[in-house]
Amino acid sequence: MEFITQLLSAALSSGTPLLFAVGGGILIERSGIIQLGAEGLMLMGAVTASLVYIQTGSLLLTLLGSLTVGALLGLLHAFLCVSLRANQIVSGLALTLFGSGFSAYLGKSVSGMPLPGSVPRFEIPFLNAIPWIGPVFNNLDLLTWLSFVLVALATVFVYLTSWGLDLRAVGDNPATADAMGIPVQAFRYGSVIVGSMFIGLAGADLLLAFSPTWSEGMTAGKGWIAIALVIFARWNPLRAMFCAYFFGALDSLGFRMQLLGSTIPSYFLKMIPYLVTILVLMYLGWRNRNKPSGAPEALGIPYFREQRF
Amino acid sequence: MNKNPLNHETTGSLLTRYRLEFDTNRTSSPWWVPFVSVVLGLVFCGIFIALNGMSPYTVYMKMFKGAFGTSFGLTETLVKLIPLLLCALGVSVAYKISVWNIGAEGQFAAGALAATSVSIYFPDLPVWMIIPVMVILGIAAGGAWGALTALPRTYFGVNELITSLMLNYVALLALNYFVFGPWKDPAGLNFPGTPMFTDAQSLPVLGTTRLHLGLVFALVAVALYAFMFRYTRWGYELRLIGANPEVARNAGINIKKHILIVMIVSGGLAGLAGMSEVSGVTHRLMYGISPGYGYTAIIVAWLAKLNPVGLVISSFLFAGLIVGGYSVQTIGLPSSISLMMQGAILFFLIAGDMMSKINIRRIQVPMKGAH
Repeated sequence: MEFITQLLSAALSSGTPLLFAVGGGILIERSGIIQLGAEGLMLMGAVTASLVYIQTGSLLLTLLGSLTVGALLGLLHAFLCVSLRANQIVSGLALTLFGSGFSAYLGKSVSGMPLPGSVPRFEIPFLNAIPWIGPVFNNLDLLTWLSFVLVALATVFVYLTSWGLDLRAVGDNPATADAMGIPVQAFRYGSVIVGSMFIGLAGADLLLAFSPTWSEGMTAGKGWIAIALVIFARWNPLRAMFCAYFFGALDSLGFRMQLLGSTIPSYFLKMIPYLVTILVLMYLGWRNRNKPSGAPEALGIPYFREQRF
Repeated sequence: MNKNPLNHETTGSLLTRYRLEFDTNRTSSPWWVPFVSVVLGLVFCGIFIALNGMSPYTVYMKMFKGAFGTSFGLTETLVKLIPLLLCALGVSVAYKISVWNIGAEGQFAAGALAATSVSIYFPDLPVWMIIPVMVILGIAAGGAWGALTALPRTYFGVNELITSLMLNYVALLALNYFVFGPWKDPAGLNFPGTPMFTDAQSLPVLGTTRLHLGLVFALVAVALYAFMFRYTRWGYELRLIGANPEVARNAGINIKKHILIVMIVSGGLAGLAGMSEVSGVTHRLMYGISPGYGYTAIIVAWLAKLNPVGLVISSFLFAGLIVGGYSVQTIGLPSSISLMMQGAILFFLIAGDMMSKINIRRIQVPMKGAH
């Protein structure tokens, strides 16, 4: 049982950055805009977090910094994809390349430097009484709790509010939404910016709660896994939670197997998340071969309103 | 009274306004857009460099001198052009039919691994066979890695962007396993690399430079690419799929088969790049053999608009950017600064492409209150 408790808490801690990124991705893609820049956004969020935290020592400013950087890059992506109707795939790739290079440039001075503190953890007395599960939830950090709150808010927003209905309409059929008087451009700008802020926060969480110092390319493909998880989660924030923790568990499984004295070389254990991503996507594709994937119907298609600005 | 609202000479109550219109029918942007976007991308990064307290002029001069200023720099740039051009050709073939291969990095690693396996497992091949066997294995491994992306796409509808990217990480981890593990040079003082290749396993070089036979591979591949698309049935079918997949399907073209072939060709070219890099430049397989050629190739292809001559020019430019990136390490900047410039150039390129589709039309509207 000890093993399961450990695995669960590892799944939570390595799944939380993924959850932020998947949640952000879902918000963005619900509006019909593809976001492939998650890797670059996470790196920029992480490098900003480490710079701000080392400079100021203030956790609040650190989180605000990552959110701001996410918002600015989101604005850039939104400008290119919504106003200029550029190719969303290429814009996302550009964001990833720019983010990896720029974060390496910015982070050069703090590479390997220890952070001045860590995220506060909360002890909740009555949770401890629950066997096995209790210890998992008892000592969670601030950002993990924040991720629970954000998932709940996102779910309520997308499915239970009229704005959420409007957002889904924009993602599925912008022309109809426009005819109904929903401001398509504003919704797209808003969701790309807010979603990118989440992804920036994912980078900050990766740095603060998961790996202790900044290093170049520290996301190691987690941004891309998050994009795949958006598909697993079928653009549903609540399902994103289970997907993120499942991958968090996979990620830490390799590490645990090494600790338990497995003779499989670590390189192969590290391949597991990438290979499982492909296999799960293949399974989903096969299972849903005659069904819609759940993707917003206008995903990736730029919207021209009577061909006019 | 006859008031023609379009004739402003008959009435004084019309205003001249300008309206922005998106010309969705225009498929190509003017030839100068890529050049302008390169300049703007460099200016944009220069602003960040200046904000960081360094002189952009110093940084760019350093890069320019490092890449093009000396004969050593220039041959280094040409050496880097080889893998870039081959990978960019590979991704261009796929982009022709809108297959988003971003797995050139992994296909490059697969090709390099397969070529190196010859030096590890078959050191006693007849001399004349070694290079051809390495070339064939490199292409085959890259092609197989490309097929691994194509099969989930055609049979399970899995987005090839994600598959090809995940396979990049898998290939790089496999490469690291071999160079840190079973293939590590026992005499290499713990250096993560295989033993050095023999002369027979190395591609011939030009004189005393580092420029190797791979340049010929790359140029032949460009020529073949240009020829295939213009003059063969296969090229015609690909152009048709690229222009309109629905029409192509109705014309009886098997799109699934084409996606598979295109991904094998695409991966094969990147695999050839990996082979020529280990055999021509590093003469061993080692950790970190690619500074992201596979990713840079995406921008090279996009900047060139998949045009063969454009591919040569933009690979040369980006090879210079990579070499220049190395030379700024001496003033304390990371070499990945070139990655940042590449991303910025791509931003300006796609923005420029779309902006050039905007027509500004002069229209006349009646003034409010005037009928």
